[in-house]
Amino acid sequence: MTTTTDAVVGYDDAIARFDPVMGLEVHVELNTATKMFCGCATVFGAEPNTHVCPVCLGLPGALPVVNRTAVESAIRIGLALNCSIADWCRFARKNYFYPDMPKNFQTSQYDEPIAFEGYLDVELDDGSTYRVDIERAHMEEDTGKSLHVGGATGRIQGAEYSLVDFNRAGIPLIEIVTKPLTGAGERAPEVARAYVSALRDLVKALGVSDVRMEQGSMRCDANVSLRAKAGDGGDQNAVPLGTRTETKNVNSLRSVERAIHYEICRHAAVLDSGASILQETRHWHEDTGATTSGRPKSDADDYRYFPEPDLVPVAPAAELVEQLRESLPEPPAKRRKRLQADWGYSDLEMRDVINAGAIDLIEQTVANGATAAGARKWWTGELARRANNEGKALEDFGVTTADIAALDGMVRDGRLNDSMARQVLDGVLAGEGRPTQVADARGLELVQDDGALEAAVDKVIAGNEAVADKVRAGKLNAAGALIGQVMKELKGQADAAKAREMILAKLT
Amino acid sequence: MPRRLRRSALQCRASSTRSENNPAECSARTSLSFFAGPRKESTDKVLGDTETSFEPQKVRILTDIIRQSAADLAGALASKQISAVEATQAHLDRIAAVDDDVHAFLQVDRDGALAAASEVDRRRAAGESLPTLAGVPIAVKDIATTRGLVTTAGSKMLEGWVPPYDATIVTRLREAGMPILGKTNMDEFAMGSSTEHSAYGPSHNPWDLERIPGGSGGGSSAAVAAFEAPLAIGTDTGGSIRQPAAVTGTVGIKPTYGGVSRYGLVALASSLDQAGPCSRSVLDAALLHEVIGGHDPMDSTSIDAPVPPVVEAARRADVKGMRVGLVKEISGEGFQPGVKARFDESVQLLTELGAEVVEVSCPSFEKGLAAYYLILPSEASSNLARFDAMRYGLRVGPKGIERPSAEQVMAASRDAGFGDEVKRRIILGTYALSSGYYDAYYGQAQKVRTLIARDFNAAFEQADVLVTPTAPTTAFKIGEKIDDPMAMYLNDVATIPANLAGIPGMSIPNGLADEDGLPSGMQFLAPATKDERLYQVGAALEAALNERWGAPILSKAPALAVKESI
Repeated sequence: MTTTTDAVVGYDDAIARFDPVMGLEVHVELNTATKMFCGCATVFGAEPNTHVCPVCLGLPGALPVVNRTAVESAIRIGLALNCSIADWCRFARKNYFYPDMPKNFQTSQYDEPIAFEGYLDVELDDGSTYRVDIERAHMEEDTGKSLHVGGATGRIQGAEYSLVDFNRAGIPLIEIVTKPLTGAGERAPEVARAYVSALRDLVKALGVSDVRMEQGSMRCDANVSLRAKAGDGGDQNAVPLGTRTETKNVNSLRSVERAIHYEICRHAAVLDSGASILQETRHWHEDTGATTSGRPKSDADDYRYFPEPDLVPVAPAAELVEQLRESLPEPPAKRRKRLQADWGYSDLEMRDVINAGAIDLIEQTVANGATAAGARKWWTGELARRANNEGKALEDFGVTTADIAALDGMVRDGRLNDSMARQVLDGVLAGEGRPTQVADARGLELVQDDGALEAAVDKVIAGNEAVADKVRAGKLNAAGALIGQVMKELKGQADAAKAREMILAKLT
Repeated sequence: MPRRLRRSALQCRASSTRSENNPAECSARTSLSFFAGPRKESTDKVLGDTETSFEPQKVRILTDIIRQSAADLAGALASKQISAVEATQAHLDRIAAVDDDVHAFLQVDRDGALAAASEVDRRRAAGESLPTLAGVPIAVKDIATTRGLVTTAGSKMLEGWVPPYDATIVTRLREAGMPILGKTNMDEFAMGSSTEHSAYGPSHNPWDLERIPGGSGGGSSAAVAAFEAPLAIGTDTGGSIRQPAAVTGTVGIKPTYGGVSRYGLVALASSLDQAGPCSRSVLDAALLHEVIGGHDPMDSTSIDAPVPPVVEAARRADVKGMRVGLVKEISGEGFQPGVKARFDESVQLLTELGAEVVEVSCPSFEKGLAAYYLILPSEASSNLARFDAMRYGLRVGPKGIERPSAEQVMAASRDAGFGDEVKRRIILGTYALSSGYYDAYYGQAQKVRTLIARDFNAAFEQADVLVTPTAPTTAFKIGEKIDDPMAMYLNDVATIPANLAGIPGMSIPNGLADEDGLPSGMQFLAPATKDERLYQVGAALEAALNERWGAPILSKAPALAVKESI
């Protein structure tokens, strides 16, 4: 294992002299009920080797049968990526030996993918659009999962022994391969992140995968190469591509961006030194922010592909494809634009919402009766903060969109103020019930009785004559201290705005 | 990569896919002496009005259970003249008496067979309506997985391997109430034409124990020929059912590709493999074909249509007005003279029976053998990759390495577990699929396959069935060709085209060669899914031949020495 740190040059320096080209391969695990070629359940995190059968264990004599739902999901992904759908295609065997691959060949697709020649328009941070050309999307099966025990960093080298879990073997995968992405220049890492993010949203909207990068249900391999800049007036596309490296299993959006950024800097340093890039796989290390050398990978890798004779060709009828096309949801980018208009958010506000991954939640919260502004405030403010602190995803946070809509309604109706609403949220998260139940049980309710409020105001003014005089003299900011006293008098259950109004009316 | 045969394409709505709502299941389920010589009273029984034997009042008392046809045995069982336990015990006794010499079996499942037989008897006694062959015992080639019963495919690689599941055909045999006597010997992973490539030693031809019983399914054909089983299962990738049938004087059928499920058959070449019946008569084969045939949702290449009406066709046994095509390129020229003579006589006999004989030409057949020996090793090299010592089967540590890597264990185990012929074909196939060679070898071979299918299509425009000799020679001596792979491969020259085109083929015994007195075989070929034509014409010729020879050909076989101590 390579432990030495590779030399890198500064990013701006690298970009000034080289043109980066990327190719992204994204594996998406489908959320079908059963595996690609057998009836075993697809469950994440089950006891090892409990969801296996003769087919996915590769026992002698076992034969595959294609999962129809997986084919339909593949077609839907292809359609959503603006691909052509093959009217006839086959599976192929990719032959190589590895202990976690039961048959020592992977049933995949080779030169006849189910979907090909598409594109995905990706929105960048500044609002501009980059078109990612899709070469193909094909179906294949996942391998088992190796666990290397002993040795360093879970790698096979130096391990004492290895364990294999075949629960994952045969889980349906869709591999989506881009064409070489050129012309992104210094924004290459950003384009990669934006693409993977857009792809994730798209696949999620299709409902065909959980697309959880942290669980490995979406994995990205990033190919990077550098070529010389064409120079003034030169045709950059006429410059031949450089040698690429493939950084494997980059499992977060941020890592995609960082890994590509790193590889660009590393490639530049290698090329500067006069050496050439070794075509190889690289491993990304989140902690060090660097990649290390994996195994050499040349174009001469010979997988001896041939059409899988145990399966008949897949030939989706044109009517079926059209039916699936009609079932496609609104594309995420288009939907975002529509929702932004409906909700009246500024571009900045909308970006916050997107970054927080809160679109669906806000949509549901609004559907449950909240105002768009209220829903946004909750999900991108208080809830995002708490989720972040606890390292949880927003949707896993334990509060429903109906709860948030109820809280928003109670604030709007003047029953709660913000601080009380947060206390009610505490109660909901503590399992004390729905918001109204929590508010009732905890006795949280703004004082609606103007008489009680006025009495408290009078009492505070009488007890703080010096402050009251300042307000009378025109220093309206001084009223804040009086409002605080009123809130205290009423144990926080006062409407601060109303209290301020009353104080100013009495003193000015 | 060129597109090859567009076989029945999978429509997304077709049943070739697995619906999520209906996921495929994860796992599947009186000692008698032997007398040689013809059995006069049953001569025409074997072939003729066999349906009468299902009527109890007409069935004679069976004194020699093992010599009965499966049809007669079924009749005797149905009429309760004998019990399934008696029928099974008789065959187990016969195995005990002769199999030390014949070596047809790798495993004999005495307890399992008797338990299954006893269950049939119980159900029959309870008045249940049972399938036709309930209680008729059977031998199964060791290539089909049998739950709880060792399955080796003739290889050291799988020595002692107990499958956790039944092949679909085995499930169907069990459902039909057929006691499984045991597993029969075969060339390792079905690669061979003699059983000499079995890791457990060769089987011997009951006609002459110094000769091969054919291969790869020599164990099944020898078991049937030696009266150790009335029926057996074989598999045929290039002739492994038909060539053994020819050299042992028995009947063997390779059904249409997809006609019988491959689920649970240790794969040799997926696009060529097909399981089928081995028997002593055409009707018996038809009865078994109906049991094992038909669609299987676990095999995507299985045909989703009812089994062709093979039993009805075997009973009809009529060739009047049938057009029989003589394939110019395989008409016996260059074959053993006695084989050629019997073939010519059989063709003449068909004419006498009212068939119209026409000559057809299949010019691409000469490329068949070459194409076959590229496609088969290519697919086999991939199919056999799973034997890596990681999950099951033989595991050998490499010599002199203290802490071997997984890769070193794989290599050492494959070296120790595979025989020479298997290694030869893995190397061939790996080479043929390699990038840079693919188009020249595998790609070209697939084109030949298309051409051969076209030849057949054209031939079947002119003829309803085609005929050829099954094998170029009668049974050769053990050891004669073992060091000459090419000579061994030539055994399959007449049988291979049917596998390449996916069409059905049958071999029936058509006499004894003058020069050595050993049986020769007649092959019939029919268009895909028209298996019934084989049975119709095969049964007709069988009846005529039995009349001409005065008895079934097999009755001419010399007696085997019987081991008395049981």
